Amino acid sequence: MQREVKFAGFGGQGILSAGKFYGEAGMEEGKEVAWVPSYGPEMRGGTAYCTVVIADHPIGSPIVNNPQDLVAMNRPSLEKFEPTIRAGGFILINSSLIPDRVKRKDVIEILVPCNEEAMKLGNNKAANMIILGAYAQCSGMLKLESIIDIVKTEFQRKPQFIDSNIACIMRGAEIAKREMENKN
Amino acid sequence: MAVNKIFERPVAMRENITHYCPGCTHGVIHRLVAEVLDEEGLREKTCGVAPVGCSVLMYNYMNCDFLEAAHGRASAFATGLKRISPEMIVFSYQGDGDLASIGTNEILHAANRGEKITVIFVNNAIYGMTGGQMAPTTLPNQVTTTCPFGRDTETAGWPIRIRELLSSLRTPAYIARGSAHSPQWIIRTKKYIRKAFKYQEENRCFSLVEVLSNCPTNWGMTPNESTEWIADNMIPYFPLGELKTPEEVDVPTQTMIGKDN
Amino acid sequence: MAKKLMKGNEAIGEAAIQAGAMHYFAYPITPQTEVAEYLARRMPEVGGVFLQAESELGASNMLFGAAASGKRAFTTSSSPGISLMSEAISYITCAELPCVLVNVCRAGPGLGGILPSQGDYFQATKGGGHGDYRLLVLAPSTVQEAVEHIMQAFDLADKYRNPVMIFADGLIGQMMEPVDFSTIKKGKPADHSSWAATGAKGREPHIIKTLYLQAEENEKHNIHLANKYKKMDIEKKSEIYGGLGKPELILAAFGTSARVCKTAIDQLNEEGIDIALFRPITLYPFDDVTISELANKKHVKQILTIEMNSGQMIEDIRLFTKSIKPIHFFGRQGGIVPSPEEVIAEIRKIIRN
Repeated sequence: MQREVKFAGFGGQGILSAGKFYGEAGMEEGKEVAWVPSYGPEMRGGTAYCTVVIADHPIGSPIVNNPQDLVAMNRPSLEKFEPTIRAGGFILINSSLIPDRVKRKDVIEILVPCNEEAMKLGNNKAANMIILGAYAQCSGMLKLESIIDIVKTEFQRKPQFIDSNIACIMRGAEIAKREMENKN
Repeated sequence: MAVNKIFERPVAMRENITHYCPGCTHGVIHRLVAEVLDEEGLREKTCGVAPVGCSVLMYNYMNCDFLEAAHGRASAFATGLKRISPEMIVFSYQGDGDLASIGTNEILHAANRGEKITVIFVNNAIYGMTGGQMAPTTLPNQVTTTCPFGRDTETAGWPIRIRELLSSLRTPAYIARGSAHSPQWIIRTKKYIRKAFKYQEENRCFSLVEVLSNCPTNWGMTPNESTEWIADNMIPYFPLGELKTPEEVDVPTQTMIGKDN
Repeated sequence: MAKKLMKGNEAIGEAAIQAGAMHYFAYPITPQTEVAEYLARRMPEVGGVFLQAESELGASNMLFGAAASGKRAFTTSSSPGISLMSEAISYITCAELPCVLVNVCRAGPGLGGILPSQGDYFQATKGGGHGDYRLLVLAPSTVQEAVEHIMQAFDLADKYRNPVMIFADGLIGQMMEPVDFSTIKKGKPADHSSWAATGAKGREPHIIKTLYLQAEENEKHNIHLANKYKKMDIEKKSEIYGGLGKPELILAAFGTSARVCKTAIDQLNEEGIDIALFRPITLYPFDDVTISELANKKHVKQILTIEMNSGQMIEDIRLFTKSIKPIHFFGRQGGIVPSPEEVIAEIRKIIRN
């Protein structure tokens, strides 16, 4: 069993951290994990992305040209990576910033208004946590509690942010659950 | 009749005959370093570093731990050794081609970081070991095998004054220029060298003593002519004396980034 | 310490500290700069020294000086930086000083690119600098293995008084994987008091040098070094992966390419296609015996070498198998990691013929 996801967005949207939290949660659940970033000049100002591979066996190639799922936080990410996703995968769209919709019919589109929801919960920097919660719900690879545990550890030194980040993750999960139910 | 010993080989020098040409002042400068190590009781905790150049075989003459570095890299090498063993006294002994040409970057940054090392910089205005080529310190119109018509400052630039160049750095340091051309200046140069080692021992600062030296062989002169040439030609361009001491009070730079900004 | 999700570069820095290397000299270069950034914070915590050098020339010669003390020190860089360090590497090898260097290899030649490559295989294994010298070269394929290799490298460097190079690539440096430091056996720094530069107190001076002007003397030193390199042969290591018992095709790959091959092999083995992977873990010394035994097996019909370069390790494969079976090559360059799909396509092509 192996599932790969690409987290993509602007530099500064916290997309690499979202991927890292997801990977760390996987590790805590005893899974094999590889977090592979894009690096170099393309990190500056443009699209930032990372691929997270979660598996229950040692991971061979950490580079995956056709990941199962995509988390797109901005428009260029959706345009660039939509065609690369494997059939049957999830494409999560941050509908606060992306007016477009998925063109393909063989993937599952999940719309999450990340920025608005984060704002509503009083933490406008936590749009990445909304989408992380949503993705965790979709993939079903990891327990939501594992991700919440990671948030607690990561924000140990800034405890004032723990609750709002957890709230964002829960909210994201809730939205994703509703979206999926609507699809069925 | 009682015999009074008034002159002997420093303990910090070995009983070896040097390979230096007759009249060369390297031997004098080696001895100054050795005498300072003896007198300051530093020999047993000192490591010398000599890179490529006439003094590459210095390890045969000095009676202390000695290491040979790559051409130009002695100050980087000495930095590594000093940083890992700060309790030791580390000095490098570098020529002008080594320090002022291929190793300029290394010396500049070692000085700028304020590495607690001592550098003896021997400047004889020529590449000695490879047989008399132009050095960064070769004087204008001075003839060498690679400037056979004399150094042309239009194409080769002017000789680099290392003492002045390094003294311009903001980092505290002890930087002086002595000379081995006369007994008076040999005595004064020893004082500079002593100070340079003292500063290191006190963990105060980077220290460098440039020593004007001769090269009778490649200059095509007798030893006496060569020391006169230092006095007549080199000293006017390379003035002697201390140029920078760590005691100098420097006005703090206003633009320093701090929490007040 | 439990498992930690760490970037390869940071894990490499931490592993060196855990191995007792408290002195690190380096110059920033992508894709290994995170080692310096990590150690700039971490070294002061453990009472060590991180020095940002003026250049790779500076860094490597500082390492040379530090290694002369007999204490553990190291540097890291990436391809163009390793070229600059090759000067010092040659000297350090000649002077027989133990130390560790890491090459987080990027695409060349020239400035090339910052993405992963294995283009420095020749440089690492055949000597990138001047003169007749060898480095022990370890090629990790995961972050955990990189950590293990760093710790082993210091012990090997001590044992042979020779620099050891970790040959990683940009992917291993940049990606995060779970790392467990607690499972790694720690060696003890060796006693180097018989030669190290520590001050000639109550003993004859120690001299560390690389100049041997007399040809006979120089030859003697070279023979001594050559004998040492022969002794290193016992350190060769490799892994055989996959296969269904009688593989008809052997893939040969190291580091990141080997991981890609593993994915390809898993898939093909599942389909019943019998292929296996030979992965050298030490690139020097190279495990000539294992690859030669494999090549001589009757059922092995062909060998396919997969590299992130234009074909470098394949020369060693040819040498050590005496080309007894056909040897093919597939590589990607310029910073591209071959995909498992490409490797599978290449395998099918070869098997069909």
